[in-house]
Amino acid sequence: MTDFIFGKLTLSALPHEWFTIAGTISMIAGGISVAIFLTYFRRWKWLWQEWFTSVDPKKIGIMYAIVALLMFFRGGLDAVMIWIQQALSSGASQGYLSADHFQQIFTAHGVIMVFFVTMGFLFALLNYIVPLQIGARDLAFPFLNTLGFWLYVAGAILINLFFLVGGEFAATGWLAIAPLSGLEFSPGVGVDYWLMSLQISGLGTLLGGINFLVTILKMRAPGMTLSRMPLFVWTSLCSMVLVVCVFPLLTATTALLFLDRYLGMHFFTTGFGGNAMMYINLIWMWGHPEVYILILPAFGVYSEVVTTFSQKRLAGYTSMVFATIGITLLALLVWLHHFFTMGAGANVNAFFGMMTMVIAIPTGVQVFNWLTTMYKGRIRITTPMLWFFGFISTFTLGGAAGVLLASPPANFQLHNSLFLVAHFHTMVIGGALFGIFAGITYWFPKVTGIKLNEQLGKYSFWCWIIGFLVSFVPLYILGFMGATRRLDHYDASTGWQPLFIVSALGAFIIAAGVAMQILQIIVSIIQKKQNLDKTGDPWDGRTLEWSTSSPPPFYNFAIIPEVTSRDAFWEKKSSSSKAPKDNHYEDIILPKNTAMGIYISALVFLLGFAVIWHIIWLAVLGLGGALVCFIIRAFDEETEYILPAKEVAKIEAGRNK
Amino acid sequence: MLIIDVILLGIILVGGNDIPVLNPMGFVAQKERDLIITFILLMSFIVIPVFILTFLIVWKYKAGNSHTKYDPDSHHDSKLEILWWALPAMIVFTLAIITWKSTHELDPYKPLDSDKKPVIIQVVALRWKWLFIYPEQNIAAVNFIQFPIATPINFELTADGPMNSFWIPQLGGQIYAMTGMQTKRHLMANEIGEFSGTAAEINGKGFAGMKFVAKASSQADFDGWVQNIKKSTHPPLSKSEYENLARPSENNPVVFYSSTEESLYDSIIMKYMTSTENK
Repeated sequence: MTDFIFGKLTLSALPHEWFTIAGTISMIAGGISVAIFLTYFRRWKWLWQEWFTSVDPKKIGIMYAIVALLMFFRGGLDAVMIWIQQALSSGASQGYLSADHFQQIFTAHGVIMVFFVTMGFLFALLNYIVPLQIGARDLAFPFLNTLGFWLYVAGAILINLFFLVGGEFAATGWLAIAPLSGLEFSPGVGVDYWLMSLQISGLGTLLGGINFLVTILKMRAPGMTLSRMPLFVWTSLCSMVLVVCVFPLLTATTALLFLDRYLGMHFFTTGFGGNAMMYINLIWMWGHPEVYILILPAFGVYSEVVTTFSQKRLAGYTSMVFATIGITLLALLVWLHHFFTMGAGANVNAFFGMMTMVIAIPTGVQVFNWLTTMYKGRIRITTPMLWFFGFISTFTLGGAAGVLLASPPANFQLHNSLFLVAHFHTMVIGGALFGIFAGITYWFPKVTGIKLNEQLGKYSFWCWIIGFLVSFVPLYILGFMGATRRLDHYDASTGWQPLFIVSALGAFIIAAGVAMQILQIIVSIIQKKQNLDKTGDPWDGRTLEWSTSSPPPFYNFAIIPEVTSRDAFWEKKSSSSKAPKDNHYEDIILPKNTAMGIYISALVFLLGFAVIWHIIWLAVLGLGGALVCFIIRAFDEETEYILPAKEVAKIEAGRNK
Repeated sequence: MLIIDVILLGIILVGGNDIPVLNPMGFVAQKERDLIITFILLMSFIVIPVFILTFLIVWKYKAGNSHTKYDPDSHHDSKLEILWWALPAMIVFTLAIITWKSTHELDPYKPLDSDKKPVIIQVVALRWKWLFIYPEQNIAAVNFIQFPIATPINFELTADGPMNSFWIPQLGGQIYAMTGMQTKRHLMANEIGEFSGTAAEINGKGFAGMKFVAKASSQADFDGWVQNIKKSTHPPLSKSEYENLARPSENNPVVFYSSTEESLYDSIIMKYMTSTENK
């Protein structure tokens, strides 16, 4: 009976290691304090009505950013634990973590940073900025957006759930390479947590991808042709094309692994006709484009930032667009460079190596065009620009390291070494994360109406860039010294320890940078008065989002703008003949708030949880409930409401006072 | 540029000799090192100008430098665009040619040229140790190999358990060892010495302890070593002894076997090829 009710879940699964218990306690304490806060200030209803059930992409964007930030702390803590273990465990010392825990931690670090931090921040920026930049009031499918967000949240909770419910996390590396992730070698629930979390959040990402693809293609303001779209919209479009191309592949691959683990099938097992190498191929066919899904929108941010702060039009727009499309196509043709060492023939390896190098051409074009944009401009060195400079200096190095890794014979010597680890951290931190930071600093005044404190922003940048160099340059060297990744212990005779210690010190400098960023947000909000921006256009911006107030009204634009050129807002500002302000408002059709996204995601979450612990009745309940909810929603015909023109006029009049 | 300096400085501080990949002791590793250096040099043709250009442009066109030219509407210059595409394309074209050639030249499957008869070593990646079988000498060892210098060594690799990646940094690059399949790696040591070998792909909890020693010696020393093992009291590696060995164990000590069961290596591969029988 207990088996039936609880499946594999028993009391002995509960957390019992000191650091998992610490995680458990801090999560429970955090949860309780938030609950007390909300109850005390009577904010529950507000939270539910204004935020959780909202379909406004601006609010969903902010919620994405908050969840991604929380996950960033989790992933960052994991990173620090990895660094400390590797600095300590040389020779006789075994460090403070067992091999198994160390492996769980780096697995969680990778999964969280890629799926829940970078992807989360990415969707935060897309949700808030893309509709504003294309002059739209909403996304094409508002309900899919809220559903996608809550599925992402369900995945995020699931990946942290073992702190509360117990069990363990996968100890297989972030891609759970088979056959290690098969039942034979990973019998525990760890890989199942990984599987269900990725299935659920991956589905959310796919929904988001479809939504933005259609939105960008169909919802642009009149006159905004494809060749007038801001670069951030272009890179987002390409990134979402990749999402739609490859996320089904992730879903299918993890589904096959699921069948192996749950129904005794043999897709990726050793023996019985299974082929683990097929898993590696499939997962990287998703995994490599994923890198470009992360980096492309960041490129878009840099294009926006560079043009705005050079006060100049973007150089080589057409080149930039073709370079972006080129990267998108090439991203699908290079996955094999992740396993040159598998023993494919020289022709195959050389082909994929050369394809990989070709990506350096469009990337190089982008870098050169940013430089040309700054040439003969008026460069204001603000915090977003600093992040851009940080990007140029780290990314060029990381890119060069990438080209080196793309050469199969060199790759044989560097594969799975810390050189590789340093390379992809340079790309993801220096490329994607710095881009996200630039984007957040750049658009923060748009979202809140408050400019971020520049001084603290600059301190934070310097901590980050110095910390980054101190922690990752030693890893490049360690790679040449033969240090492989994922080692929980190494011999003293290797001479690696000093470099590992330097690397760990760098982590603390980065942590100081993060602290500065938090301080920056807090201080800016406290000193609200002096940081307030009432114009809606604090940077002298060029694109449509700056034409609205900060924050924009919930319908984005009272009157949908007519676009006549690139840099639509800049053009409007500089045109001498000031058109008389048009005050003729029309009725606006807007989507109604809905809680169905939360309900479905909650039920899918239960399904995931039930599958992990083999609780059949709960799985049936979760799946059935989710389907029923979806059908109910599908039959709901009143999903929109009309905001009358009078109401719009009233709101606009109030805002203009 | 700053970063490259820091890396170079780091390498100098650590001392070049402690860096196996840059301090090769084998024929293949040497060529791979040369290739790495060539790549770094060629790429610095583009990386260094980017750094210099960025610095110069920012320095010159910083807001506040009111005497410099400000041209807010210039956004297209066909000649410049062609240059921006051509410049990286030229470098990449050069690198691609080098890649095509070197990938074929340094194909791990390609036998190395030598007048000497190669030594064959069959490698099995286990949880969590390396088993090495010398089919011609009919001996075997765990976590230790010895071989003569200036002689090609033909590694044939498979795994019994999760896959792994076989790596002796000072002799040459990695190759995967996978269940039910065989891969090949050809290496050759130029100098006498003991080199560390390692596992580069995570395969479970004993992963960090999965190391071995690769000892390059003179031909006479190698022959002596083989004879010593054959004559010694080390047990033979029978099928049942292998079953014992294949069980998971961590930080395995070096073990030798005075003889091996015939075609043991083949049977390790073949047992994963059968479809329905029990393993």
